[in-house]
Amino acid sequence: MSAQASGHGTMNIKLIVWRQAGPDKPGNFETYEAKGITPHHSFLEMLDVVNEDLIKQGKDPITFDHDCREGICGTCSAVVNGVPHGGQKRTTLCQLHMRKFKDGDSIYLEPWRARAFPIIRDLMVDRGALDRLIQAAGWISCHTGGVPDGNSTPIAKRDADYAMDAAECIGCGACVAACPNGAAMLFGGAKVAQYAALPQGQVEAPERVAAMIQAMAENGFGNCSNHYECQAACPKGIDVKFITRLNREFYKALVLDKVGATPPKKS
Amino acid sequence: MRLFSTSIGRKGVMAVTGLLMVLFVVGHLLGNLTVFKGPDGINAYAEGLHKLVPVVWGTRIVMGSALILHVYMSIQITLENWAANPKKYAVSRSLRATFSSKNMIWTGAAIGAFVIYHLAHFTFRVTPSDLMLGTDTMGRPDVYQMVVDSLSGAVIGGVYLVAMVALCLHLWHGIQSLFQTLGLSNAKLLPEYGLWGKVLSGIFLVGFGAIPAVILAGILK
Amino acid sequence: MILDGKAPTGRIEESWDKHRFELKLVNPANKRKYKVLVVGTGLAGASAAASLGELGYNVEAFCYQDSPRRAHSIAAQGGINAAKNYPNDGDSIYRLFYDTIKGGDFRAREADVWRLAQVSNNIIDQCVAQGVPFARDYAGYLDTRSFGGAQVSRTFYARGQTGQQLLLGAYTALSRQIKAGSVKLFPRTEMLDLVVVDGEAKGITVRDLVTGEIRTHVGDAVVLATGGYVNVFYLSTNAMGCSVTAIWKAAKKGAYFANPCFTQIHPTCIPQAGDYQSKLTLMSESLRNDGRVWVPKKKEDCNKPPNEIGEDDRDYYLERKYPTFGNLAPRDISSRAAKEACDDGRGVGPGGRGVYLDFAASIKRLGENVIRERYGNLFEMYERITDEDGYKQPMRIYPAPHYSMGGLWVDYNLMSNIPGLFVLGEANFSVHGANRLGASALMQGLADGYFVIPYTIGGYLAAAKPGKVKPDHAECLKSIADVQETEKKLLGVNGKRTVTEFMRELGSLMWNNVGMGRSEASLTEAIQKIPAIREEFWKNVKVSGGGMETNQQLENAGRTADFFEFSELLARDALHRNESCGGHFREEYQYPDGEAKRDDANFCYVAAWELKGAGQEPELHKEPLKFENVHLAVRSYK
Ligand SMILES: Cc1cc2nc3c(=O)[nH]c(=O)nc-3n(C[C@H](O)[C@H](O)[C@H](O)COP(=O)(O)OP(=O)(O)OC[C@H]3O[C@@H](n4cnc5c(N)ncnc54)[C@H](O)[C@@H]3O)c2cc1C
Ligand code: HEM
Ligand code: HEM
Ligand code: SF4
Ligand code: F3S
Ligand code: FES
Repeated sequence: MSAQASGHGTMNIKLIVWRQAGPDKPGNFETYEAKGITPHHSFLEMLDVVNEDLIKQGKDPITFDHDCREGICGTCSAVVNGVPHGGQKRTTLCQLHMRKFKDGDSIYLEPWRARAFPIIRDLMVDRGALDRLIQAAGWISCHTGGVPDGNSTPIAKRDADYAMDAAECIGCGACVAACPNGAAMLFGGAKVAQYAALPQGQVEAPERVAAMIQAMAENGFGNCSNHYECQAACPKGIDVKFITRLNREFYKALVLDKVGATPPKKS
Repeated sequence: MRLFSTSIGRKGVMAVTGLLMVLFVVGHLLGNLTVFKGPDGINAYAEGLHKLVPVVWGTRIVMGSALILHVYMSIQITLENWAANPKKYAVSRSLRATFSSKNMIWTGAAIGAFVIYHLAHFTFRVTPSDLMLGTDTMGRPDVYQMVVDSLSGAVIGGVYLVAMVALCLHLWHGIQSLFQTLGLSNAKLLPEYGLWGKVLSGIFLVGFGAIPAVILAGILK
Repeated sequence: MILDGKAPTGRIEESWDKHRFELKLVNPANKRKYKVLVVGTGLAGASAAASLGELGYNVEAFCYQDSPRRAHSIAAQGGINAAKNYPNDGDSIYRLFYDTIKGGDFRAREADVWRLAQVSNNIIDQCVAQGVPFARDYAGYLDTRSFGGAQVSRTFYARGQTGQQLLLGAYTALSRQIKAGSVKLFPRTEMLDLVVVDGEAKGITVRDLVTGEIRTHVGDAVVLATGGYVNVFYLSTNAMGCSVTAIWKAAKKGAYFANPCFTQIHPTCIPQAGDYQSKLTLMSESLRNDGRVWVPKKKEDCNKPPNEIGEDDRDYYLERKYPTFGNLAPRDISSRAAKEACDDGRGVGPGGRGVYLDFAASIKRLGENVIRERYGNLFEMYERITDEDGYKQPMRIYPAPHYSMGGLWVDYNLMSNIPGLFVLGEANFSVHGANRLGASALMQGLADGYFVIPYTIGGYLAAAKPGKVKPDHAECLKSIADVQETEKKLLGVNGKRTVTEFMRELGSLMWNNVGMGRSEASLTEAIQKIPAIREEFWKNVKVSGGGMETNQQLENAGRTADFFEFSELLARDALHRNESCGGHFREEYQYPDGEAKRDDANFCYVAAWELKGAGQEPELHKEPLKFENVHLAVRSYK
């Protein structure tokens, strides 16, 4: 439906955007005008419009990360008026639509900010630290081939559902961006909890959680103070109960003397 | 030790020490509320308590260590957290973090300062005032009179009131937080801890606060 | 030239086992001397890199995203097929094989499809062991559903995020190898050329998307798992970064491109809302289980609110035309039927490009709660995008380009005609023929990566000397110079129109002329027009910024330039194939009732195109297809 048909006009939006030419360059806010935006534009399509304009004026377009534009790849990332992904419940930035804004609104756009996520350019940051957490601890050591039949171990539906709730994380890093401590506990907790809930993951659970916590420290993430800001900003609604689980698994590992006792194990 | 070198280990220490201190505060509040029964109440309580020498000293040692550990870890953790998030957003908006959760170090520091003052005040009686611990008509240490005398001053009374607000704020977040930290929570329990944490902190505020307030108002003399 | 797919002969049931045994092995102690470059970290690439790394090869993995986990496989919703026959409803390897051959309209190689069906079962086991949280029933066993016109329940799923969960499984396996040091990862790195030395694939030239550095990686074999190319239509269900670039560069270095015209249009996407739109969003096909598709009978009714159009004034065209399958008719059939209705002027929504998918009847029958339970997340997604409530008024849907069955030509070993160049997943042409069945692409990606390439690559490497080519080889230097030259050209045009404007223009030409319905006239027109837009692109495109920095415009410009070249080949292939089959529908070749008319006498072959350089017509090579286990038959879904 066109903007008119659905009873909305077009709108003009003022954008105040963090511009930074490179990792070690200084950054500052620039103001742009997004004109002729309809309520059906997605937030990123609104940015496309601004960028097309900038290119034609011979200016550098705003660099921002994005790929699937349907809320699943976890690539898009920017802080809109202080809230990662813009604050619509369970919605990534690419799925946020301009009907949530009004004509004349001013919008502040900033990159994810956390020590663990250095800025690459403008709104694009380096989230490699999240991958390094998974490399350190986010797997089950099964080999390709030589595994039992899928139905050989029944798994209670509630456990499978719990694991799936945790597994929905898209790795966007909004939890880190939202956390006043720059902690990755929600992201890490979700992975630890997913595997701890499944029989095939329990075997290595103590080693996994120990390695996860160590990797968090090594990669510059902060500690958890239970602000729960992460859950509120998470576009997939990942619950902080997975951080509880992470903590519980960690104490178990402590008691079993798996923490730091041996260097986190290689595959 | 791994308990003191890992992120969650240290948080666990903070939670356990915090819990111990909360329990102490509960006990202390119950004890202090006897002040409303007049000299007979609190003086009898104080005397009874001080007779239990091993208990008193046991508690002092445990609480003292708890406090030291708690403070040491809190400073370490807070500095790390600041370092992990060095640059703030130009526009900042919290969705679920609260004033209380974001100012734990400051409310904690206020409580710390208060405790030092408080010990100097009532326990060691070295504050610049002519505070005396006399004996009451039954020959017990007259805690009642000491408390009432000193808290009837606006400044000291005010300090106590402010400290109680800091305590309330600290525990507003702290109580539910400790259950989450210790892994004793889940999606259903967490809001309940939150509720009870707030109720309990409120009780602390009202319960402790009532003492200086009532004295300041001249009701207890 | 007649191509040989090197499919094993003999009884098909034993073909893969026999072939596996006959393949040469690489001595375990020697494996780490061989370096394998794996481009792409989707289901196919990640599973391949992880498995090869685990075997002991020295692997380098590349993707253009910032993390391997973001490959577009992540977006797959519906599920993955396997012939487990857990529900005891008559499934078997043979039936999955049969359905896939038939679904692909008899344009795939039998032996490859058999192997796929055979290893499908191992995939499920593998994923379960990795901790993929598949849906389970209350007894704790794996749950399945039926999908995409199949008559057995063989689709395994993880809520509406099967692709995500499978990819995360492969990504964690890959991460484990990265940790172990057997795989080295290069994210935000785009392959821009293939290095061929003495006729063999020995390296790739890449651009570091952060620093802009252009360099060559050399290896003993190159594996491309770079996904599909339907972004040639500009608007599709693919991610913004999906492109033909990697396989097109390989094609320019001599790899044959097979069946480029076989593209799949998915019937249940959210229609386009305006010109600014950047991509289309798919809604799981499962919606068609309970939704009824209709358009108004009268053109005048198209602008009326749907609820005011009476039952008698609605045309439930799928139920009318295909009484047996009704709303569940296969993808190509229901897509085409929607287009026909809209071409007839009876489409709804903006631009008249949409049909209704109505849940009123099932809500009445089952209650809103049941519908919410089944499809709640899809209704939510629909509302987020359109601001319309699918429970209160019918949803609007329209077909959108979704999947490419075509791709680089590979033999039974998944090796292209360039020795040492292997192609996996959506990037190759292998198993889906002219049309892919729902839930079969995930199966193929993982089959290729976990269970085929680990064996077949050994057959090639065993005979190759490791470390033959060094990064300072003349071919590498030349490749770098070529890539730099192209980049300089793009940055130097400094014209007036943006990359996106050009891509939109190309895309709409492709969609209108080479999309769902193709005719000799529309294809000829496209083949004439594409070079003109392409020329204008090279004269008038504006790419801001420089080369030695993060530059998303430059990335897009390069991908768009490749689409401009590739689109012509796609149209040419569609023009040469004078028949309708699967996703390829030529308006001239249909039965009076509108059914696709296949021509097995003349077109029962794989069309593999060899590029002959700029300005030269590509050469067609044919690989004839033999059907010895499934008999050629006309597909009917009436
Ligand atoms: C919305 C949607 C839903 C789907 N649902 C289903 C379903 O339910 N069931 C099903 O079976 N199939 C489904 N499919 C199809 C299926 O998801 C894909 O065909 C399959 O995942 C492709 O996997 P792949 O590994 O071949 O490629 P991809 O996952 O696309 O991965 C491509 C990789 O190549 C990399 N790459 C590409 N070009 C370059 C380059 N030049 N340089 C470096 N790296 C490069 C990318 O970074 C990426 O890592 C769906 C597809 C879509 C779009
Ligand atoms: C003396 C000075 C004190 C300081 C500096 C201090 C500081 C802190 C800080 C910074 C935190 C938050 C740590 C984090 O999660 O990041 C905290 C948590 C807590 N504090 Fe204190 N505190 C002090 C005293 C107290 C006292 C007296 C009590 C109890 C009566 C208390 C109870 C708690 C509790 C229960 C928590 C929550 C622990 C958790 O989250 O697991 N604190 N304190
Ligand atoms: C209005 C509030 C309060 C009053 C009236 C009060 C009063 C007192 C009194 C009378 C004593 C005992 C003196 C003695 O017999 O030696 C005491 C001791 C003490 N109080 Fe409080 N108190 C208050 C609040 C608090 C709070 C909030 C805390 C902690 C956070 C606290 C911590 C202590 C400690 C640690 C001691 C020393 C106990 C010991 O001797 O080991 N008090 N307080
Ligand atoms: S937990 Fe949520 S916010 Fe954090 S990375 Fe995962 S999806 Fe993003
Ligand atoms: S916001 Fe941060 S403090 Fe913990 S609960 Fe979430 S990680
Ligand atoms: S772009 Fe993929 S989640 Fe937003």
